[in-house]
Amino acid sequence: MKETSTGTRTTVVAHGVFRWPRMLSPTGDAGDAIFRSLLFCCALLIVLLLAAMIAAMAYRARPSFAQFGFDFLWGRSWNPVEGEFGALPFIYGTVVSSLIALILSVPLSLGIAIFLVEQAPKGIARPIAFLVDLLAAIPSVVYGLWGIFVLAPFVREELGPPLQGLFGWTPFFRGTITGIGMLTGGIILAIMITPIISAVVRDVLAAVPMAQREAALALGATKWETTRVVLANGAPGILGAVILGLGRAIGETMAVTMVIGNRPQISLSLFDPAYTIASVIANEFTEATGDLYLSALIELGLILFLVTFIINALARLLVWSVARRTQPARV
Amino acid sequence: MSDAKASGRADKRRRALSGLMTILTALCALSAVAVLLIILGYIVWRGVGALNWRFLIETPKPVGEGGGIGNAIVGSLLLIALASVMGIPLGIATGIYLAEYGDNRFGKFVRFIADTLTGVPSIVVGVFAYSAIVLPMERFSAFAGGVALAIIMIPIVARTTEEMIRLVPTNLREAALALGAPQWRATLDIVLPAAASGIATGAMLAIARISGETAPLLFTAFGSRFFSLYLDQPIASLTVQIYNYAISPYDEWHAQAWAATLVLMALILAINVTVRFFTRRRY
Repeated sequence: MKETSTGTRTTVVAHGVFRWPRMLSPTGDAGDAIFRSLLFCCALLIVLLLAAMIAAMAYRARPSFAQFGFDFLWGRSWNPVEGEFGALPFIYGTVVSSLIALILSVPLSLGIAIFLVEQAPKGIARPIAFLVDLLAAIPSVVYGLWGIFVLAPFVREELGPPLQGLFGWTPFFRGTITGIGMLTGGIILAIMITPIISAVVRDVLAAVPMAQREAALALGATKWETTRVVLANGAPGILGAVILGLGRAIGETMAVTMVIGNRPQISLSLFDPAYTIASVIANEFTEATGDLYLSALIELGLILFLVTFIINALARLLVWSVARRTQPARV
Repeated sequence: MSDAKASGRADKRRRALSGLMTILTALCALSAVAVLLIILGYIVWRGVGALNWRFLIETPKPVGEGGGIGNAIVGSLLLIALASVMGIPLGIATGIYLAEYGDNRFGKFVRFIADTLTGVPSIVVGVFAYSAIVLPMERFSAFAGGVALAIIMIPIVARTTEEMIRLVPTNLREAALALGAPQWRATLDIVLPAAASGIATGAMLAIARISGETAPLLFTAFGSRFFSLYLDQPIASLTVQIYNYAISPYDEWHAQAWAATLVLMALILAINVTVRFFTRRRY
């Protein structure tokens, strides 16, 4: 028996038989080492994929970055014919439509989650939870189709006029109501992120120890007071759920593209058409003529990627801090 | 005495508030269910009218001449199959790694990346596939679309696979190892079959998810008006077809968009309900 090397990765040749490094195969079995290495490569591929995504998009975005630098982010004008590319109208549209979605969706999602985890008997909670989850299974393009033919007319004829009557004196509800615009985009986003936020909040509430509820009830708290104790305990996770919903809203593409009007302008009125980062990519990518135009769109894609990545990472950490399990991400 | 009365009143108020909140949260849940039923009901109502056998097998035709979604159905199935062939094995392998060898720094890192990737907008995946595949190949292709969809599948399949494998009792592994099986045989022959139905469920959910994707296909698979099975050519898909018809100005195409949506929703709901049925029996 002779040792060919020493240290932690000792490879030993015993009677001319090759032994695998301990790290790969504690049993010394060749199959184990190969199996583990193969699986490791697959796992590594996910990491490489992420790196490749950033690298490929950054590479294709070079012409635009070289031309505009960071001015790209606050340029107010998007005029492909003149070769002017500024991202501010899209950033504005993305932020405002997502905020509308959150304002509408967060109370609703919290209500749903509280009802399903804290209030409803199991026999009722299960089917309702399934139905709410089904909302997440409807494809974006279907929401868009429904948005064009049902929601937009509804906003134009039923919702818009009374809103304008009540709040027409503010700058937010002025102008002609076409039904296609920021408000409709925000509403459709709210519907789309509600199942996601409520599902994560459900997980978070379910992870709060039963002892917390028993303690509150034992002190004579009512059901709602008990729920408030549970909510306080799950607060970081709930915040994580909301941020997760924000990430979804920011990246949502098809439905928004179909109802937001796709006009690169910054208008305070929620009835006016707007444009988001995701929808300008979807809408103009295939007709982008010229390297600069295309690279500007790819740079928008890269920005969207980095922003949603950071938001998701943050949300994930917050949810993990409460529901610290190895649960897979909600799809 | 008046103290007791006051506290009695306060009690009543507290109980009333509690009851009110129960009603309010129930209304939240009901409104979400109502929205779902309204959307589904509307799809059925509008879709059934334009649906017939010829619509399901014909290719698109100019306005006024009918036409159908036969090529789009074939294209969608091909794209889904292509994505599954690439995405499911990779996802399962990653999931096995995370469950069996992933209790270290690298495992945590991969888990984190996978979770974060599931939240990356699908349009961004499309932009990546365009930058990395369409531009070098200089043409839109079914292959690029399949890769984009596979990228969306991998993290989903990986995380559900990990979860399912972790549910398999350690006893099973120990029993296999005690009988002298190497670890890889224990994993492949004992643990994996035990987790198989759960893993299949995860794969089905991933398939349901990608069958509804439109954004990553817009500038990868692009779309086509003909039947095609070529991987290096543009190909039609149900979702892109729905999008193109929805934003067109023609009533006839709108009706066809609803009918195509009905077909798509039937496929997706069937997968979801099946998955639900099978997971229900297990837990």
